[in-house]
Amino acid sequence: MSAFAALGDVLKPKSFAGLFGAAPSIALATLGLTIAANGKMYAATEARSMIAGALVFFLYAWLCSWLMLRGKLKAMPVTLSALGLWLVCSISIWFLVLR
Amino acid sequence: MKVSADFSALKKTKWYEYAVRFLLGGSVTVVAGLLAKHYGPVFGGLFLAFPAIFPASATLVDKHERQKKQRAGILPTTRGRQVAGVEAAGAALGSLGLAIFAWIIWKLLPLWNVAMVFIVAVSAWLCASCALWWLRKKHWNHSLK
Repeated sequence: MSAFAALGDVLKPKSFAGLFGAAPSIALATLGLTIAANGKMYAATEARSMIAGALVFFLYAWLCSWLMLRGKLKAMPVTLSALGLWLVCSISIWFLVLR
Repeated sequence: MKVSADFSALKKTKWYEYAVRFLLGGSVTVVAGLLAKHYGPVFGGLFLAFPAIFPASATLVDKHERQKKQRAGILPTTRGRQVAGVEAAGAALGSLGLAIFAWIIWKLLPLWNVAMVFIVAVSAWLCASCALWWLRKKHWNHSLK
């Protein structure tokens, strides 16, 4: 996680460095532990849901970008409050599609 | 603009700024595991793509850019949120690569060796993200530098 964060800090331009803000660091750590504890099929099922989570991440990051560039809002309130949107959208997809 | 690395940026980042991101990522890993245990892997899997580290990274970029301008005597400045906004646009492209990463894990994990699947999936994330960034830069260069 820290390695991906460090890469994001050193790389330029910042639009490229931003790619590492969506690095699969949490997924690698969690999937590794899940495979060890529950097996490959269980982890594969998690990965299927992760596709939905990643698509909602796209909406989240796009909205954050728009609000900071056009809405002229600061990073901390925008990125933290938009996490609520990520939760609502992801849980809605789980309830309507994945469940 | 070409991709480059400025390693002096590592010195500007304080140790606790890395620690915060590590702790946030670690916390989400634990929460995702607990949610999967209680509500099943279909629900828990959503949180593998939770943007846990991004808010801290964007806030740090905002803060560092504002401090840089303040040291140069420019007050007030909108530079911080502009750079953070551009970084968020990059993260949006990276998240599409993340969806490809997840799709590869889903399809190949039951069939292949775990280490091989992880290597292929991370490579696919990196290649897809870079390709999307390059396409974005080539066609809409005015808005994403």
